[in-house]
Amino acid sequence: MKAGALIRLSWLAALALTVAPAAAATIEVTIDKLVFSPATVEAKVGDTIEWVNKDVIAHTATVKGGWEVMIPPKKSASLTVKAAGAVDYFCRFHPNMKGRLVVAP
Amino acid sequence: MFTRYTAALAALLFVSAAPFAQAADKPTDPQIAHIAYTAGVLDIEAAKLAIKTSKNKEVVAFAKDMERDHEAVNKQALDLVKKLKVKPEDNATSQALSKAAEEERAKLAKLKGAAFDKAYIENEVAYHKQVNGALETLLIPSASNAELKSLLETGLKIFQGHEQHAEHVAGMLK
Repeated sequence: MKAGALIRLSWLAALALTVAPAAAATIEVTIDKLVFSPATVEAKVGDTIEWVNKDVIAHTATVKGGWEVMIPPKKSASLTVKAAGAVDYFCRFHPNMKGRLVVAP
Repeated sequence: MFTRYTAALAALLFVSAAPFAQAADKPTDPQIAHIAYTAGVLDIEAAKLAIKTSKNKEVVAFAKDMERDHEAVNKQALDLVKKLKVKPEDNATSQALSKAAEEERAKLAKLKGAAFDKAYIENEVAYHKQVNGALETLLIPSASNAELKSLLETGLKIFQGHEQHAEHVAGMLK
């Protein structure tokens, strides 16, 4: 009985291991002194992008004609990417801030 | 005698046209802090007038952005001068800036609707351009304290963003 439980447990662990690499990742983009860093991020559909704003002013990550994420001062905000493709984004409040997101299927 | 008078008059005209142009001498850190803070306060006052007067959603949103950003930057500036034990010092450039802004506000206060929106946004473009030019060519190079210089450099990036944002809103009003 004890051995049976152990086998079942190791079987579950093995299953978890095979599943783990496919799990969605969280990719961090830091905003410091009006710079998105890294400026270009590569992700897969299902991954989450998290913007960490170190500035004392609010920023946005905005795709023209697309999505927008509001990032309050000294806070973080995130977005789960749903579609493959490359998009350029910028801060609507400070359009001199630019970033790029390359999403693989 | 005549030449001196003409030169003085020319200098005076120059002052009212471009508040920064008359600063022949390098400003000191206490003066730079005062100029930067004053420039922020003046834009907040313009923003408050726009929030009160404008009925245009984009213009009001822009004005609120200006109010919020400049208040945050000025708070940082105040924290820094306190930390550095620098007492901001009033000076001719700050005074010329305030006078020019007062005249602009008086002009804006007489306008309504689309005419107000256009005048406010166009002035925002021109004002940020002027302040950014002064930061780049005079204030940042003159600042001797490294932390003050760094704050001014970040300020410049923020205000360059405002200039582009204002240009974008100006384009939408056309």
